[in-house]
Amino acid sequence: MRRMTSSTLRIVSQVIFLLWAATAVWAGELGNSPLHTTNIFAPSSTPAKSIVELSVFVLVITGVIFVVVFALLAYSVVKFRARAGDAGREPAQVYGSTQIELAWTIIPILIVVVLFLATARVIHTIQDAPQPPTAIEVTAVGHQYWWEFRYPNLGIVTANELHIPVSDPAHPTPTFFKLLSADTDHSFWVPELAGKTDLIPNHPNRMWVDPHKTGVFLGQCAQYCGAQHAKMLLRVSVDSAKDFEAWVQSQQQPAIQDERAAVGRRVFEGNACMNCHTVAGTPANGRFGPDLTHLMSRGTIAAGAAENTHNNLRLWIQDPSAIKPGSLMPAMKLNDADLDAVVSYMETLR
Amino acid sequence: MSSNAITVPAVQIQDRPWVDKLHQWVTTTDHKRLGILYIASALLFLVLGGVEALIIRVQLMHAHNDLVSPQVFNRMFTMHGTTMIFFVAMPILFGFANYLVPLMIGARDMAFPRLNAFSFWLSFFGALLLYFSFLGGSGLYGAGNAPDIGWWAYAPLAARAFSPGHSSDYWTLAVLASGFGSIGTAINIIATIVSLRCPGMTLGRMPLLAWLNLVMAGMVLLAISPLSAAQIMLLVDRYLGGHFFDTQAGGSAVLWMHFFWIFGHPEVYVLIIPCFAFMSEIIPVFSRKPIFGYPVMVGATVAIAFVSMSVWAHHMFTVGMSSYANSFFTITTMAVGVPTGIKIFNWIGTMWGGRIQLKTPMLFSIGFLFQFLIAGLTGIMLASSPFDWQLSLSYFVVAHFHYVIVGGILFALFGAFYYWYPKMTGRMLSESLGKWHFWLFFIGFHLTFDVMHIPGILGMPRRIYTYEPSRGWDTLNLIITIGAFIQAIAILVFVANLVISYFKGATAGNDPWDAWTLEWSTSSPPPAYNFASIPVVASRRPLWDLKHPEDPDSRYE
Repeated sequence: MRRMTSSTLRIVSQVIFLLWAATAVWAGELGNSPLHTTNIFAPSSTPAKSIVELSVFVLVITGVIFVVVFALLAYSVVKFRARAGDAGREPAQVYGSTQIELAWTIIPILIVVVLFLATARVIHTIQDAPQPPTAIEVTAVGHQYWWEFRYPNLGIVTANELHIPVSDPAHPTPTFFKLLSADTDHSFWVPELAGKTDLIPNHPNRMWVDPHKTGVFLGQCAQYCGAQHAKMLLRVSVDSAKDFEAWVQSQQQPAIQDERAAVGRRVFEGNACMNCHTVAGTPANGRFGPDLTHLMSRGTIAAGAAENTHNNLRLWIQDPSAIKPGSLMPAMKLNDADLDAVVSYMETLR
Repeated sequence: MSSNAITVPAVQIQDRPWVDKLHQWVTTTDHKRLGILYIASALLFLVLGGVEALIIRVQLMHAHNDLVSPQVFNRMFTMHGTTMIFFVAMPILFGFANYLVPLMIGARDMAFPRLNAFSFWLSFFGALLLYFSFLGGSGLYGAGNAPDIGWWAYAPLAARAFSPGHSSDYWTLAVLASGFGSIGTAINIIATIVSLRCPGMTLGRMPLLAWLNLVMAGMVLLAISPLSAAQIMLLVDRYLGGHFFDTQAGGSAVLWMHFFWIFGHPEVYVLIIPCFAFMSEIIPVFSRKPIFGYPVMVGATVAIAFVSMSVWAHHMFTVGMSSYANSFFTITTMAVGVPTGIKIFNWIGTMWGGRIQLKTPMLFSIGFLFQFLIAGLTGIMLASSPFDWQLSLSYFVVAHFHYVIVGGILFALFGAFYYWYPKMTGRMLSESLGKWHFWLFFIGFHLTFDVMHIPGILGMPRRIYTYEPSRGWDTLNLIITIGAFIQAIAILVFVANLVISYFKGATAGNDPWDAWTLEWSTSSPPPAYNFASIPVVASRRPLWDLKHPEDPDSRYE
């Protein structure tokens, strides 16, 4: 019996998933750029997967309730419409029925109990999961309007593009997050990895993911945090164990000192840049903006608002509001020579 | 019924200069005029809030649209939410309560007529204060105008560090003023129902509309008080160096959330219970049957009020509460579904075996039942907290609560307009325009809010002014926007109907729907004193008893 129910559930879940996938593809084909969609019904990590299993259960029950009640409503509208022949006559005046009303009180109570028990189990599985010793620890700090990621055990600080290892069920390496905020409320949401959890000042939170496959997963800030809430995007790169190891190695290095960019570095350190940005191994140690030590290892700038290209970097430094109006990065108002020098310095930070 | 032999004199329409008429309206303490003032001002702000919604929808029509800046977009959704909740939904429902409660319980006015006028003007000036922020909100800092902190004004975004200038202060003061107005009206409704019922009208014979407004008023007292307290604390933070919500000085952002949602969730029921009240009057009359299970309907309402006081933190499942807290708020939230379900079943039970007349008020009521059912079921999904971790703060949740507020509350309100407009003006609303209004609004509503669930499932968060073209949200958003414009056209049809019917509508007479409650026993519109002699009732449907002396309800109750 139990087996049958679970296989029915699986079928229903697959049907629903296909439905959404179809919607997503259809929605995408009409657009003209390559798609990178997300879908809460396409989970790639245990928390997201348990949520889908629970969701399907809830969807089935609410679906049945909908069909039954809608049928009753439609039937009574159609069947008991006033007809031309009965003008003036009133129908039988019925005031109620204790048995019927008792029935439609008790049945919903039973449904609520079942739904609650199913929900409580999943709350417990996700929220109270113990942290295994093999877990990667990441401290995510929300800023207006970018993400800071610190790996306290690995000595890495990066921004906006999170790297975590894929978790093999035989040797799980889940990632456990400590969620903090430097200013207003934010919310960490990568739909295919887990539900969202808020980042609130003075209120550290915790969440975890254990991605089952490699690839880039998109998400973004879900809690309104100010002017540029919309462009506080989030990319999670799930790497194979080997790739992750290599990434950690490279991120642990201090910034590359390239003599050809010495002019740019002087401009960077002689202006307000270094008040907000860190370049490890140099005097620049500001913490208000993203760490730039390995800027060129990232595919995007401005929390995912633009691709990390020469022209975008130049534009971003000269006039951030052209890419992200309301961003807290000031327009640096450098002359062309200084601007070019700073951009070439940035481009050495691999 | 003792007043059946007395003919009520028609209202004398005196031709006075318009300044005199205006003066009469501004200084009135008549519950009917105040009711109409509430409704008229709410309709004005409904249009303003609607325009804000359309700006939001046009901006989101395709990816990387730049119709408005992010700052303007943020003001639009803040003003839209604040306007619709505090200056449209609440006043319009208070307006109907003001107009109908004394008439339906056989009273000549509210218990405190001058408090009534005071409450209306507080709320109205609150609304003006909010809109004045477009002109005066920048203050010395020049940080733009109109609040942009979202209608929840979460800490610390509302703190001075993140919200300089005065725009947030206009928001705080506007909400505070309207809150005091709401408390005044709630006290008034309770006092009226408790002390001014006509002879024979025991609590068990009161029309459900009066019962439900009594419960609503009790909830207003419990829900608005913490909100007002929180607004004062926020002002203390902003101007007197307090640190309640100032996280930079050790204050608590989560404390604000609790304050806000312990208002915010009961508020949903404050809005929907009067709509249940409309349904409980309209559905029986157009099904030609008494309400099915009157005592259970009253009991379910009280149960909803009671349980809904302990569900607020389901708005905070993503805030990082303990698993026990999440479980607790899951079960309380799901439990509210039980009495709510009973109500839906009892309305269907009322229709069952009736002779349903599909006039415009009934069409809107059936639309209400259908949409409120779906809203309730998506509510169950959101109550399941792990599911909520995905859906919360996404467009799914936006679709869900618009299903409640537009699909439920607004449909019920339109039903109420078509049903009681004849009583308020003496003219019938046009049935053919009414049907156009219904079908256009129905189609627009479903185009917008059915589709809106999908981008949420595809990961689109709410309150973003734009999105990347690569996310595949474009087409869905375009459909949503088209639906919004169809709704706007339907609203124009409705306004046209209100205006045209006022001058050209068929004369209504006292009782156009062959209904059963006391407001239909007096003239349309009723005279200032409502009833020439105070009626005496012997059952829940006094006019039924009058029309069917051979088979009166009083024999069974």
